[in-house]
Amino acid sequence: MTAILSLLNDYTFQTVALGSGLLGLISGVMGSFAVLRKQSLLGDGVSHSALPGVAIAFILLSSKNTEVLLLGALLSGLLATLFIITIVRHSRIKFDGALALVMSVFFGLGLVLLTYVQKIPNSNQAGLKRFIFGQASTLLSRDIFLMSICGFILLSLVVLFWKEFKLFTFDSDYAKSLGFSPKKLNLLLSLMIVLAIIIGLQTVGVILMSAMLITPAVAARQWTNKLWAMVFLSSCFGAVSGVVGTAASSMIPKLPTGPSIVVCISIIVIISILAAPGRGILHRMYRHRKNRLLYKLEGGQINVPTI
Amino acid sequence: MSPQFEIQLIAVIVAVACSLPGVFLVLRKMSMMSDSITHTILLGIVLGFFMTHNLSSPILILGAALMGVITVWLTETLSRTRLLAEDAAIGIVFPLLFSIAIILITRYAGSVHLDTDSVLLGELAFAPFDRMIIGGVDIGAKAIYTTGILLLINVTAIIVFFKELEISAFDPILSALLGFSPALIHYGLMTCVSLTTVGAFQAVGSILVVAFMIGPPITAYLLTDSLKYMLLLSALIGAANAILGYQAAAFFDVSIAGSMAVMTGLTFLLVFIFAPHHGFVSTLRRRNQLKLEFAKMTFLFHIYNQEGNERNDCKASVDEIQTHSH
Repeated sequence: MTAILSLLNDYTFQTVALGSGLLGLISGVMGSFAVLRKQSLLGDGVSHSALPGVAIAFILLSSKNTEVLLLGALLSGLLATLFIITIVRHSRIKFDGALALVMSVFFGLGLVLLTYVQKIPNSNQAGLKRFIFGQASTLLSRDIFLMSICGFILLSLVVLFWKEFKLFTFDSDYAKSLGFSPKKLNLLLSLMIVLAIIIGLQTVGVILMSAMLITPAVAARQWTNKLWAMVFLSSCFGAVSGVVGTAASSMIPKLPTGPSIVVCISIIVIISILAAPGRGILHRMYRHRKNRLLYKLEGGQINVPTI
Repeated sequence: MSPQFEIQLIAVIVAVACSLPGVFLVLRKMSMMSDSITHTILLGIVLGFFMTHNLSSPILILGAALMGVITVWLTETLSRTRLLAEDAAIGIVFPLLFSIAIILITRYAGSVHLDTDSVLLGELAFAPFDRMIIGGVDIGAKAIYTTGILLLINVTAIIVFFKELEISAFDPILSALLGFSPALIHYGLMTCVSLTTVGAFQAVGSILVVAFMIGPPITAYLLTDSLKYMLLLSALIGAANAILGYQAAAFFDVSIAGSMAVMTGLTFLLVFIFAPHHGFVSTLRRRNQLKLEFAKMTFLFHIYNQEGNERNDCKASVDEIQTHSH
């Protein structure tokens, strides 16, 4: 107990936990839309594609400011998204293939640029690699400030365009017939998802960021059929696992923060899939048994086909 | 053999070995599964290392390949509950397994040379240092032989099971009706993919295996409609990417694997724009041509409909046509 209390008073822990919690909240909200629109893996693609942007921003401006590097990441993530959309629209290649190609090529370019940066004399590039795996412990209070601004913008956009997004997510043809432009909405939503991914890079890194987007949303989806409830639950799950993961990693020695957050959120999703009322696997098994028993009682000799 | 030549040889072998199963991944719309497998084999390697405490033990390779198949199985099981979409299932399974691997490495394997960088990013430049010595005679780099065996396995598997793979890629229902077990073909292919990944990651790093596996087949997909040509073309494109990538890396002195991935992207871009039938330019041109054809047709219809009509005779006249043909 005293360990937890002293942890709560620790300034570094407060900063990091606040950052991870915020990240979980934002990615939970944006992830709901990504998952419902069946674009879960876009997050994976975008986060890998952010690497060359980070390196180019560093080469051009030779600054290691988080804002500058993240701006580069944002631009290259958007460029990758644009490439994927163009390839799918103008050729017979499917979404998954375009995604895998663009993502790996961008990541390769990122590696090339990182090795190039290493050769520049007098350049202090040691901080760049933290974007691959993420280092939550390097979060500063001004990073948190940046995250809160981005989060605020994203959340207010979601509130502002709530009915448009809802309509577009579930029935884009109907949205089109009502006069909303699906192209613009798609672009706006993709842009917001990319922004949410970019602000998470520093904490969990490019490889694990996709989990922060998908997992809370999938967990929340099991508990409800309402969009607002799903978004709310998803952001809660994200925030809780962010804080709990950070706490676990600061109490247990040599436990990296990013992976520990991902394990937390994965435990939540496993519980949700198993135990969600009305939908989960346990409930399904229970219903199955009950039905079989009912058939037996009523039908006597009728053979119930086992499915 | 000079080290430069050996590196290029290994790269070409890896590229060809990766592109062959990649063709079927692309055709079956499972490209992202390769991304998932490349991440999770790390856990297999870590677990294998804990069992044997030896980094060069074959158990590691076995564990990694097994973990690839387990990943596929877990993803299938999750998506078969129909509680979530298949892409979401991929996105849940691989980060979890990858996180567990990273946690295990940082907690228990800190003192040995098992760092995530070398697994994820790979380093082809060091491959020639690991020599294969039989009876005191140096017969070349070890990686040439390991990747060579891999290539042999893939080529044999594809030649032997060509018709099964072909039919299940294009018409899974027909292949099931004809008595080929979809599960058997699926897991067979996935075992192949995960073996290839394990063999290749040491050379090029696991993330860039995806570029090798998906890039050449996708490029070839735009060039041909025949599966045989697609296999041949993607092997050729893969080999060309590897050699060009190495030359570029040597010239600029940058990461070899990364530069090969960039070359893959450039080749794809070139083909995507200029491919004869499915390329960007020809698609645009065809669309414009169709538009023109359609406009001509409509115009002719207009003239034909107005021609015999007394009252509207003026509408088909040269001076009036401008205003009516909109």
